[in-house]
Amino acid sequence: MPNRITPDDVRSVARLARLAVTDEEVELFAVQLAAVLEHAEDVEALDTEGVPPTAHPLAMENVLRDDVARPGVDRAEVLAMAPASEAGRFRVPRILGEAP
Amino acid sequence: MSPDAAGRWEVVIGLEVHCELRTETKLFCGCRNAFGEEPNTNVCPVCLGLPGSLPVLNRQSVEYAMRIGEALHCDIRPSIFHRKNYFYPDMPKDYQVSQYDEPINSDGWLELPNGKRIGVTRAHMEEDTGKSTHMGGGGRIGDATHSLVDYNRAGVPLVEIVSEPEIGSAEEARAYVSELRAILVATGASDGKMEEGSLRVDANVSVRPRGSTALGTRCEIKNMNSLRSLGRAVEYETGRQIDLLESGDRVVQETRHWNEDEGRTSSMRSKEEADDYRYFPEPDLVPLAPDDQWRKAVRDSLAPMPSDRRRALASAAHTEPAAVALLVEQDLDGLVLAAIGAGADPRIALNRAANEVAADPDGAARLSAESFARVVTLEATGKLTATQSKQVLAAMLAGESDDPEAIAEDRGFEAMDTSALQAVVDQVIEANPGPWQRFLDGDPKVSGLFIGQVMKKTQGQADGKAVTRILQERRDG
Repeated sequence: MPNRITPDDVRSVARLARLAVTDEEVELFAVQLAAVLEHAEDVEALDTEGVPPTAHPLAMENVLRDDVARPGVDRAEVLAMAPASEAGRFRVPRILGEAP
Repeated sequence: MSPDAAGRWEVVIGLEVHCELRTETKLFCGCRNAFGEEPNTNVCPVCLGLPGSLPVLNRQSVEYAMRIGEALHCDIRPSIFHRKNYFYPDMPKDYQVSQYDEPINSDGWLELPNGKRIGVTRAHMEEDTGKSTHMGGGGRIGDATHSLVDYNRAGVPLVEIVSEPEIGSAEEARAYVSELRAILVATGASDGKMEEGSLRVDANVSVRPRGSTALGTRCEIKNMNSLRSLGRAVEYETGRQIDLLESGDRVVQETRHWNEDEGRTSSMRSKEEADDYRYFPEPDLVPLAPDDQWRKAVRDSLAPMPSDRRRALASAAHTEPAAVALLVEQDLDGLVLAAIGAGADPRIALNRAANEVAADPDGAARLSAESFARVVTLEATGKLTATQSKQVLAAMLAGESDDPEAIAEDRGFEAMDTSALQAVVDQVIEANPGPWQRFLDGDPKVSGLFIGQVMKKTQGQADGKAVTRILQERRDG
């Protein structure tokens, strides 16, 4: 199944994830992503009649914490991790469009 | 748009309302959920999306989401969280944790004061984003040189309430949001402050030929910061779409930005490709499945909703729910109900509450239902005229006293006794033989002249109804 994932599929996925990929990487990932799909197909072949869908690998639900505040981290320390800051805020380059 | 054109088309509106929950802390971390603080002072590794940090769901946010679901008559169901992936500076994780195909609340409805029900598709939980400020270029995003981001709001719990496309006018859209806001405040989940952004509304607007059942192409309108701008934006957008269709053009599906100053919507961006958020289940959070006991506790703890309160007051006052909507909105229904319960005349109690009491919210807060009932009863039994009763009530609202009888006595508002009033009426009749003859001939309009004259002579102390009664006695007897 060589053409299951095309180079264009890889480029499209990479663009969505904001990853720069070389032509060699596109070839490599096309094969690897096809293998992931194949694995999903193997799983899909199993008879799951009567098995409820699994939302999470751990058999747990309702993991909750109480609504009690605790101090955050120091602003100076946080802003120091950023490439740029101004007036107590993170400074980012010009934004090209409105938020989705 | 010509009136003819307006008649050929109808608008269909669906609303998405984002409601910030009034929790102490954020949705997935213990940072404080607070408005208007120093930027980036309520942040931690979880809400900044630092590697290795893990979210833990806030119990109170689930409680509030369930209250909202219950108040909107939704099915409250087991749910899971998804990651909605996109890149934007206000989302430090590069994804927003939201609920996708399994939301906590679905299939509910909300009742407007006029009795119409609007369907609620879903009311799901998600986290808020940070706040960007665009620098240079007059604060507009397109002209800015750079932007500054404050993550205090990132991770604040939201419930997004999505209506069915069942709203048929700008006025109805306002009524829906107004009602929803009242419900959200009644659940305790929201402070309802649109001006602080704790309630944000987006509108999906489309038009179609009147009477058609198919939906037209819709535009999503953003950036409406008040009920007034919601109404204006929907009006504008409806007209814009009708004009396009009338001139043989078509509506392009897009997101449009409402500009309050210019009074119009404009296209926000043209997208080359459809949004692909690559939703997938959030692996760091386990499913949420409130048990029956928790759901019952939520149900039992809910205060009466505005529609219940309107019905209760309308029933006690023998009127329609829509007629008492404003009183409920002003939170005066409890006072009126208690006064009616204490024997006050419902019609007078409604009138005095809607006018004098509503005009003085501070005074209303200290007015007891018992003294309110007493002043209403003084008026209903004719011991005070309407004018006097308003003055006594004003004094009570001003905090002078909570004893209406004492205030009436202090003002010399002893009810004018019937014989004194009869004497004045007789003087007026004698002084106006012409009009009196017309009254005897059955012209009812002329009675106003007599009442006016009596009022003048008694400096407003007479009860208009008593004067009318005496006039009739003189005519008939």
